[in-house]
Amino acid sequence: MQTNPHVRVHDLSVSYGSTPALNRISVDIPEKQITAVIGPSGCGKSTLLRAMNRLLENSDGVSLSGSILIDNENIYDPGRDVTEIRKKMGLLSQKPYPLPMSIFENVAYGPRIHGMKKKNEMAETVRHYLTISGLWEEVKDRLHEPASRLSIGQQQRLCLARGLAVEPEIILADEPTSALDPKSSQKIEAEFKHLKNRYTIIIVTHILRQARRLADYVLFMYLGELVEHGPAAQIFENPQHEMTKEYIRGIIS
Amino acid sequence: MTAKRTLKDLIAGKAMFLITAGCGVLVLVMALGLLIRAWPIMQIKPLHELLFSVSWSPMKGDFGMLPFIMGTLWVTGIAIVIAVPISLLTSIYLSEFALSRIRELSRPFIDLLAGIPSVIYGIWGVIVIVPLVKGRLAPLFGVSSTGYSVLAAGIVLSIMIFPVIIHITMEVFQAVPAGLREASLSLGATQWQTVKHVVLRRSLPGIIAANVLGFSRAFGETMAVLMVAGNITKIPGSVFDPGYPLPALIANNYGEMMSIPLYDSALMMSALVLFVVVIFFNVISRYILHRIRLRIS
Repeated sequence: MQTNPHVRVHDLSVSYGSTPALNRISVDIPEKQITAVIGPSGCGKSTLLRAMNRLLENSDGVSLSGSILIDNENIYDPGRDVTEIRKKMGLLSQKPYPLPMSIFENVAYGPRIHGMKKKNEMAETVRHYLTISGLWEEVKDRLHEPASRLSIGQQQRLCLARGLAVEPEIILADEPTSALDPKSSQKIEAEFKHLKNRYTIIIVTHILRQARRLADYVLFMYLGELVEHGPAAQIFENPQHEMTKEYIRGIIS
Repeated sequence: MTAKRTLKDLIAGKAMFLITAGCGVLVLVMALGLLIRAWPIMQIKPLHELLFSVSWSPMKGDFGMLPFIMGTLWVTGIAIVIAVPISLLTSIYLSEFALSRIRELSRPFIDLLAGIPSVIYGIWGVIVIVPLVKGRLAPLFGVSSTGYSVLAAGIVLSIMIFPVIIHITMEVFQAVPAGLREASLSLGATQWQTVKHVVLRRSLPGIIAANVLGFSRAFGETMAVLMVAGNITKIPGSVFDPGYPLPALIANNYGEMMSIPLYDSALMMSALVLFVVVIFFNVISRYILHRIRLRIS
């Protein structure tokens, strides 16, 4: 079960102004598996995720200490190119945010800013990633319509395709199904299972059953602390910590 | 006791409604007033002659407004050409790049610019901009100019409309959801790429509306322009020539020589033109901005 760690979080603390959000988190996240971060809302799950692709520093008054190693390099080393770090990770947010352009251009956006120029190469790339995200058949005849015309479930899969098109190693998903209907959620979950052979997937979720369905590895967080982490079977069947037991049984939520 | 209270409440409510409605109706009343007073000349002279003839000599009964319309267009056009890039870049910097402390610090200063009386801009224009045009800018192009020119007026106007455009453009940028910027950044786009491809594209209607609002402010601005534009009844041939914008015409002449037949009506007609143009652009841009605000909420 244990594989190489892909992301190593070491002694990570984050605070917004004077409000602490994460308190000295240390954890290794395994490669090419699905890691679910669970815990009640406001426990710091999203903050942890956003720390990993350095989106936190865009907000005001955030202070951060500790390190996050991806492929054994600290992403918070001064002098690291933040765009290169972010390119390694595809982000899927709670609500899909299609860019204000066509379906095709949404997927082409990433490759284009990273220098892809050839037209047929681009067309092939777009087709490829729309196929992977399970959207190709639904949109192949209207690639040049604005992305905003898609249903919200389709938009989320478009965002997945867009993220995959920059060829990341890691997929960060922040409650990716919370705005979706059950059918669309199911599709996204199926995609994740499909993709985990090739990508390290970290999914934040407050839906316990979703974590059970998907996760190989689980982090349980509570009020900015990492309470417990381990292989999914262990966390769900035999949690060590009292708080984890209560959360899994639904006493706290 | 209760009856008295409810009565007061009723009266207060009705009174406030009437006052509010009165303010709203005022626009229509003004338009109607201008139309009635402009009517006599519109009966006698065809509209195209009034708007497109270059001959303005009230004594002879010629009332061609083209020199004034062109004066206004020159001045407004110059103001917009200067103001659009500067205010757009300022807004982008403040909204997307600046630390929030710098943003909060500079905002009041920008808004303060909007509150300065236009006569002060006018004086400043006479003291600083007019000599600048006369002594530096015109010689640079080998032209002699008194400095009182459409360029001087355009520069002064552009500074007057900065705050309007910057304020609204920043509001429009703020309406772009943070998640959309993050979507672009998370793909490895730089801040500038994100601004260029996502923020600007999404904000385009709002940016246009902000600039149109600035345009309509510039179009109707009177005092500052009157003080530096030179006020000579001739279509300007270059930016260093004087011009005579519509608002200056009205402000300078209304109330004098009113015994000349149709003079009053001609001035009213030019006021009507000004009124219609400004209201038209205002309504369009406010409608677009209203739509954008709906999208945020």
